[in-house]
Amino acid sequence: MSTSHTTGSNTTISSGDLPSRRNTELAMLAFAVLIPVFAYANVGLAVNGEVPAGMLGYGLGLGLLAGIAHLVVRKFAPYADPLMLPIATLLNGMGLVLIWRLDQSERVPLVREGAAAPNQLMWSALGIALFLAVLIFLKDHRILQRYTYISMAVALVLLILPMFFPAVYGAKIWITIGGMSIQPGEFAKIIIAVFFAGYLMVKRDALALASRRFMGLYLPRGRDLGPILVIWALSVLILVFETDLGTSLLFFGLFVVMLYVATERTSWILFGLTLAVAGAVAVASFEPHVQGRVEDWLDPFHVVRETGNANQPAQAMWAFGAGGIIGAGLGQGHSDLIGFAARSDYIFATVGEELGLTGVMAFVLLYGLLVERGVRTALAARDPFGKLLAVGLSAAFAIQVFVVAGGVMALIPLTGMTMPFLAQGGSSVIANWALVAILLKISDTARRPAPAPAPSPDVEMTQVVRS
Amino acid sequence: MNKPLRRIAIFCGLLMVALMVRANWIQFVQADELQSDPKNRRVAIERYGQPRGNIILSNGEAITGSTEVEGTDFRYKRTYKNGEMWAPVTGYASQAYGATQLEAIYDGILTGDDDRLFFNRTIDMITGKDQKGGNVVTTLDQSVQQAGFEAMGDKRGAAVAINPETGAILGLISTPSYDPSVFAGNSAKDAEAWKKLQKENDPSDPMLNRALRQTYPPGSTFKIVTAAAAIESGLYEDIDEKTDSPDPYLLPGTRTNLPNDGNHSCENASLRVAMQWSCNTVFAKIAHEVGNEEMIEYAEKFGFGQEHFVPVRTAVSVYPEDNQPQNAQAGIGQASNRATPIQMAMVTAAVANDGKMMEPYMVDRLVAPNLSTVEEHKPKEMGQPISGETAQKLQQAMETVVEKGTGTIAQIDGVTVGGKTGTAQHGENNEENPYAWFVSYAKTADGSTPIAVAVIIESADVLRDDIAGSKLAAPVAKAMMKAALEGKG
Repeated sequence: MSTSHTTGSNTTISSGDLPSRRNTELAMLAFAVLIPVFAYANVGLAVNGEVPAGMLGYGLGLGLLAGIAHLVVRKFAPYADPLMLPIATLLNGMGLVLIWRLDQSERVPLVREGAAAPNQLMWSALGIALFLAVLIFLKDHRILQRYTYISMAVALVLLILPMFFPAVYGAKIWITIGGMSIQPGEFAKIIIAVFFAGYLMVKRDALALASRRFMGLYLPRGRDLGPILVIWALSVLILVFETDLGTSLLFFGLFVVMLYVATERTSWILFGLTLAVAGAVAVASFEPHVQGRVEDWLDPFHVVRETGNANQPAQAMWAFGAGGIIGAGLGQGHSDLIGFAARSDYIFATVGEELGLTGVMAFVLLYGLLVERGVRTALAARDPFGKLLAVGLSAAFAIQVFVVAGGVMALIPLTGMTMPFLAQGGSSVIANWALVAILLKISDTARRPAPAPAPSPDVEMTQVVRS
Repeated sequence: MNKPLRRIAIFCGLLMVALMVRANWIQFVQADELQSDPKNRRVAIERYGQPRGNIILSNGEAITGSTEVEGTDFRYKRTYKNGEMWAPVTGYASQAYGATQLEAIYDGILTGDDDRLFFNRTIDMITGKDQKGGNVVTTLDQSVQQAGFEAMGDKRGAAVAINPETGAILGLISTPSYDPSVFAGNSAKDAEAWKKLQKENDPSDPMLNRALRQTYPPGSTFKIVTAAAAIESGLYEDIDEKTDSPDPYLLPGTRTNLPNDGNHSCENASLRVAMQWSCNTVFAKIAHEVGNEEMIEYAEKFGFGQEHFVPVRTAVSVYPEDNQPQNAQAGIGQASNRATPIQMAMVTAAVANDGKMMEPYMVDRLVAPNLSTVEEHKPKEMGQPISGETAQKLQQAMETVVEKGTGTIAQIDGVTVGGKTGTAQHGENNEENPYAWFVSYAKTADGSTPIAVAVIIESADVLRDDIAGSKLAAPVAKAMMKAALEGKG
């Protein structure tokens, strides 16, 4: 073994024979399972004064899922990044605890919907199953490259379909088939990343080089500008027809990020931002749903003052305020006052109230860490497709976290998206497990040591002659 | 492609940093403001999460309580014992409508949130107990209040009893009253009860604290102040000195004659006789001779012109700045002269206490949940509106009123009682029913004066003479004085 790659280096940006870090992952996973189990006990003690009956089953279940995932990673992606699986497990486990905690609420608007934690547990199991399937059956992420244009078609269908279904709470982001509803946007973000990665890998030279210099900027040619305008138009259309600010922002942000990485041209970012702002302002000026969101963002308490009734943005602000620095303690807050969306879009407010600023910072750091591991994977990847796909998925994840958490905290206007792994919702948890699986697979390929060069018989011979 | 990738990494990092900065802003910088937003239901949930401390009488009996309620996130609800009788003292604490008066002023003590209870609260937190509220111990006397409330019956009015030596309020009655228990919760039933009590739905305005917050023309009871001004200003030295006043009295600067009520000779009457028969002519003339400016000064020495905090805020009683005929009428408690019942009780108490006016108060001490005293009221002198000598002269005059004047109805065996009746005309052209007033004090054999009372009844009877005051209001005052004296003996 070479000593130039010391064991002290924990970077993934390195070629050659890195340690696989599978044991690190196992140790981290132990924490990722134990922390939610303790949190579960904590909620039970706080709400009912006893250790919840399901604690053992819950702990074993989560442990078992994590254990299987770990074994499969060991077998099928032995050099994969060691932090992604533990972080995803911890987030998912905490999400289950938070949803279960909200299930315990005695307030009327939530009781109506019944318990959501068992369903979420089932969806999580399905998500992990998909995670395993990706690890096992996706031999090499470059295979995805073949499906560039199919991905595009699928993504378009997924994004357009919800227009034909009725709006739920003001946004058309659902497809409902026989009582089952899925949020196609969650899956579309992965498929679109695949399409962009494949498309840009082919076109990036044309986009980057065939441009004229104008006032210090590289202006792309009209025909290269085409795709970006199409994407822009599409995201504006989503915004208009589905009133889904979140998906269009995510979709567009993803595209700009990947374009920039592929072309290395800052001008693309300027174009992207200009178009995004133009689109958003244009839509916000006539779409009442979006206008309402902007108003709520500028002044979360205006509805309270006008009607005397607290709406969700105000309730969320109060929830964060109530948490203060150390939080009320799991099960001891009143974030369920938020109402029907407490377990989904607003679940981060429960983190804010019950785990406090400390908990919020910890969660943001966990998300940030997962994102940065993803970007590191992109840096380490040796093929442009892998690089683009990894950075696309990571950026999509980061944008989604920012948009949801920022919306709930009134940093930006609220959009109806789910907090990855935390929020209630099957589509979201399944899609995000798939996303992590793909990132893991890319990182496995990136960190895999190059095959040892075959021993050259000539060298030996020469030596023999010399001696 | 690695350079833009590094920039994307920084961009993603910045997104997370922005979230963390925002979290710090709302959860650290803005947290206090958000936590105390009155519209934030958490404030109420926390407030009603534990039983509230109690308001307690001087005999140690609590007049409030707390009861656990089901089906709402507000766990405890306020209850009141004999709520109607004590409402003017306690005010109310309602889950839906907030709190007033003592309940509001000592909210911090009663909920346990007061900074002075920090130590208690910390101990409770460490030992895992629920936060407890402290108690407010009042000066109110159960028997005085009970006697006055019963004597008041279904008449509309107010009564205030003060211990002249300390300023402690012994009784505080306002009728008609309300039971704060009926809207202490936040159910639809509570809302209905609350609505019914509002002035627009109940013209008798039961939620008005007439004893502290309503001003009335004080009528002839104000003659005590006018008499004090006469003596203090040196106009007359002796109460038996003739006053050289005509009957009727031509109001200065007008052609209007001011008559007297009843068939008593008021012409040239002495102060004693003028008090005895409540001669308008004599006192109108005095007010004119003392002059508007000085009358205001004397009235203000007794506490007119300012709010008093007992600690509930009182309405301001006013002796008006006015022209000569109006000033003369204000001297007999008419025109725009207005006083609260507690103000008239303070005047009476000051006279009874030899001219020394004690600050009125109704909260004796605040007690922490562990029964240690947090704050205690020490009787405070507000001032000396009149000299001891003047006070004694006035006492003689007031005692004559009860002995053989308009206030004989207030006589109590074996006790020296001094008093003054009053009937205040009001309404346009004095067409509405007059207010019946009676102020008095009782002196025991050992020379102490345990009680001074002011009673007003917004009379329903159509009685236009001065007897009205004694007929309607004096029995209430007498009942309260008797109760106080019995409590003492």
